[in-house]
Amino acid sequence: MFYRENGQFKTSYPQDQQIFPIAQDRVFVVLLLLVAFAAVPFFASDYMFRAILIPFVIMAMAALGVNILVGYCGQISLGSGAFMAVGAYGAYNFFARVPEMPLLPALLLGGLCATAFGVLFGLPSLRVRGLYLAVATLAAQFFADWMFLRVKWFTLDTPSGSVSVSNLQVFGMSLDSDVSKYLFCLTLLVVIALLAKNLVRGAIGREWMAIRDMDVAAAVIGIRPMYAKLSAFAVSSFIIGVAGSLWAFIYLGSWEPSAFSVDQSFRLLFMVIIGGMGSIMGGFLGAAFIVILPIFLNQFLPMVAGLAGFEISTTVVSHAELMIFGAMIVWFLIVEPHGLAKLWSIGKQKMRVWPFPY
Amino acid sequence: MKTFKLVLPVLLTAFALSATTTVHAQSKEQFVPVLSYRTGPYGPNGTPWANGFVDYLKLMNVKGGINGVKISYEECETGYDTARSVECYERLKSKNPSFVQTLSTGATFAITEKAPGDKIPVVTVGYGRSESADGAVFKWNFPIAGTYWVAADTILQAIAKKEGDWSSIKGKKIALVYHDSPFGKEPIPLMQERSRIHGFELQLLPVTAPGVEQKATWLQVRQARPDYVVLWGWGVMNSTAIKEAQATGYPREKMYGVWWAGAEPDVKDVADGAKGYNAVTIQHGAEPNSDIVKTLLAQLHSKGQGTGPKEEVGQVLYLRGVMSAMIGIEGIRAAQERFGKGKVMTGEQVRWGLENLNLTQAKLDALGFKGVMRPISTSCMDHMGAAWTRIHTWDGQKWVFTSDWMQADEQILKPLVKATADKYATEKKLVRRTGQDCQS
Amino acid sequence: MAFFLETLLGGLMAGMLYSLVALGFVLIYKASGVFNFAQGAMVLFAALAMARFAEWLPQLTGLTQPVLVNLIAFVLAGGVMFMVAWLIERLVLRRLVNQEGTTLLMATLGIAYFLEGLGQTIFGNDIYKIDIGMPKDPVMAFDHVFPGGLLINQEDLIAALIAALLVALLSLFFQKTATGRALRAVADDHQAAQSIGIPLNRIWVIVWCVAGVVALVAGMIWGSKLGVQFSLATIALRALPVVILGGLTSVPGAIIGGLIIGVGEKLSEVFLGPYVGGGIEIWFAYVLALLFLLVRPQGLFGEKIIDRV
Repeated sequence: MFYRENGQFKTSYPQDQQIFPIAQDRVFVVLLLLVAFAAVPFFASDYMFRAILIPFVIMAMAALGVNILVGYCGQISLGSGAFMAVGAYGAYNFFARVPEMPLLPALLLGGLCATAFGVLFGLPSLRVRGLYLAVATLAAQFFADWMFLRVKWFTLDTPSGSVSVSNLQVFGMSLDSDVSKYLFCLTLLVVIALLAKNLVRGAIGREWMAIRDMDVAAAVIGIRPMYAKLSAFAVSSFIIGVAGSLWAFIYLGSWEPSAFSVDQSFRLLFMVIIGGMGSIMGGFLGAAFIVILPIFLNQFLPMVAGLAGFEISTTVVSHAELMIFGAMIVWFLIVEPHGLAKLWSIGKQKMRVWPFPY
Repeated sequence: MKTFKLVLPVLLTAFALSATTTVHAQSKEQFVPVLSYRTGPYGPNGTPWANGFVDYLKLMNVKGGINGVKISYEECETGYDTARSVECYERLKSKNPSFVQTLSTGATFAITEKAPGDKIPVVTVGYGRSESADGAVFKWNFPIAGTYWVAADTILQAIAKKEGDWSSIKGKKIALVYHDSPFGKEPIPLMQERSRIHGFELQLLPVTAPGVEQKATWLQVRQARPDYVVLWGWGVMNSTAIKEAQATGYPREKMYGVWWAGAEPDVKDVADGAKGYNAVTIQHGAEPNSDIVKTLLAQLHSKGQGTGPKEEVGQVLYLRGVMSAMIGIEGIRAAQERFGKGKVMTGEQVRWGLENLNLTQAKLDALGFKGVMRPISTSCMDHMGAAWTRIHTWDGQKWVFTSDWMQADEQILKPLVKATADKYATEKKLVRRTGQDCQS
Repeated sequence: MAFFLETLLGGLMAGMLYSLVALGFVLIYKASGVFNFAQGAMVLFAALAMARFAEWLPQLTGLTQPVLVNLIAFVLAGGVMFMVAWLIERLVLRRLVNQEGTTLLMATLGIAYFLEGLGQTIFGNDIYKIDIGMPKDPVMAFDHVFPGGLLINQEDLIAALIAALLVALLSLFFQKTATGRALRAVADDHQAAQSIGIPLNRIWVIVWCVAGVVALVAGMIWGSKLGVQFSLATIALRALPVVILGGLTSVPGAIIGGLIIGVGEKLSEVFLGPYVGGGIEIWFAYVLALLFLLVRPQGLFGEKIIDRV
């Protein structure tokens, strides 16, 4: 009842082809953007920004990138951490070595470095498929781990290998307050999400989905697998690279190669699977889940223990977090293997037919 | 699906509740955040440190606090991960912490960037950036009692002494087996400097974290046959290294570890296989007979208030936690001398206290550290305060001191610290503090 | 020359140790088509169980003879792994029948996290010792041929022999027993096996149990070498190249793959490493496996991937 598209007739091609054809959807998205841009900065505390909102925005971008590769093109990749690392260090080198380099071009150039790296390590996908490819992408991950530890040039020859950035400015405004950092990341996220959504709706997106579903058949009908797979790797690595450089510059501020270890790759894959493969929204939902769950558990478990009357040590909380995280993943997969995005669309469908059951 | 419908509202309300739980700062208590790791690959080494640290804080409260001001503390599990350490730091920041001790060199690098803006001093007893001993550039960092360059220097001194003197070390080969991370790479500049001056060959052998597979490294050691091996590891890397040394037949007597590679968790499983393994100590070693240990056992553990098992009290890493806590507390006490006894100190005030720390031998003895520590005296320009170390050796059952007190060579150390600190200052566009700035 | 042989031997033995872990992956994938990312966590869990039981038994029952204590601890830990296998099948696998590969993969990752947390909660997270009497000192052999002798690590040699024995036992099990035949039938075609009356659920429990015991043996050996602590779970990441090089569905592939990866790793680290600064073992193993895959995309001994369009 709430969601019916009765009376919404499309009278022109642009109207027909818009991303949100249903008026309620458009209203919802506009409201969401207003809340995200205008309302949240007023109500959120410092801690909320630093620990929840900024990581969520950056991880959502990274999950978006991974979703394009894994969800839309079907190439399972466990090397996303490496792409983030290449983006981060690439952006750092451009930022630190080129005098007066503005921030935004440095980030985008970092993304391009990640693209080159991604295409290089995506070449095996032309020969290797499925699980074998997943493990082969780990080669990219460990190689990047080693490269940034060993090749001093990337870290500007610092003896420790740890690098940091400061005094970030974009278009003359300095990014030192949490609100400005949040708005900057959010703007980039919205732009990239829009671009990704349009890519996915277009011919390239359809090629990717054809490759995912049955790559031999796709080749038979004339889709060039090399072009499709490598373009998926390229676009995906670019987005992940930009997200990686944001993660390093904005969230961490000072980082070392272990910030982009294989755990990060697994985290990104979790976000995509839990959020829903093959949907742009899935990246957002998955990122929200994975970013917020540990923090939530960290606060919630001692609170529950306090209510029950006993004090639990950080060790127990830490282990319980691991167990609950694992259990929730399994539970989610049992309950809804297509992820949170499917739950969302089921919800929308229910709202459409309410109060009727179907 | 039914259980899902029931569970979901419960989860959502719980989430809402916990999100609205405000972090309240106790106004009458001095807050100390405890960033520790009790889980993960470095947990076995991080746990005794955290136990010692918390025990000392509890002891302070039993004794009535710092001039009447009680200490409140909260532990946060970092898992030795920089991002989690930063998250813990951000979460506990709102409680007005007196200082932060990160127990991780990687996290120290990250938090060094944030601490000046948040006005929280970073105390890194025996770790962190070696160049942060230069207080004129690093106003908010305090690597009190020793840095990695001190450790590396005194290890080389001990080796030289074993050979005779510095001239006998010429032409010898020393291998550095290090943890491939900022922590492991710290001693390299100093060791390269010494190698240049005295003419010994330095071989660098990195071990990928966490260091469970070292067969190839130790095969290389076997081929190169260095005269000495310096072990710069943490966590499971240490015991694995000693086991591999045993498996390839490298004499443990020729191995010298940094103070984070010379504690019970690293050797107790190897027991006799580690006999003869040496490590440098940051002033203290394993001191089961010291006064402070006796006090802690009597006041806390015998009343069931101790953190961790009783057997741990007096072990190397436990004592390091105790020492780290003591240094932080004395910094608060020194701040109270100037800004008001019996009042709660802010981070800025504690910073001043840490910069004007004067722990004489008499004071240390009174606190229970007789024979364990030597005097520490910090100043505006020198945030390290002391550079005393000793060597102890594992005899199969316990750690035994096998050297006199040594000090790092200022002639080599000071220029290196200054040069590296200057580089940091130019990069961050900082101005070196002068005499006038020091008075605040 | 002697040093090259030492490195080669070291590599071969390290490879056998990796293939112990890789066996677990292969067994489960063969029988149920699930890539068990939780194998590393299972190794850790099993090793923790055995180490702690060996510690608690003398305290609780007064037995002190090391052989007896270790044996009982091994059996108890095996029992624990059976229970874990049964619970996994009951709670997770049964509900995820017929889901796609990535879903099952993620489910095993979830199980991995769960087991890691559970193991450390129940058994603690310190470094624990497994002492099965392995000799720790090296043996210098052939000193009439090579000056100073050839270094042979006795512990690794015994471990390699145990691994070989395990593979032989498993091969016997698969070829000669009825259950083994049923497992091979299920690996070949689930539906066909079901149609002739092989109970799929029970087979999966059996396979996970066998994988659990393999994990226990691997955990025992690695634990004896390194001490039982959290990083043991990361050994699985070192065993992955072995699995994909050898082929996901082949037991001899796990062994041959292990030997190749072990030798490749050690030779590259010792002879190539110094030129690039060292620390290249891990990615070299993966790149080596990747290069083999480019020639044979299904692994050396894996089943050829047949696509029906």
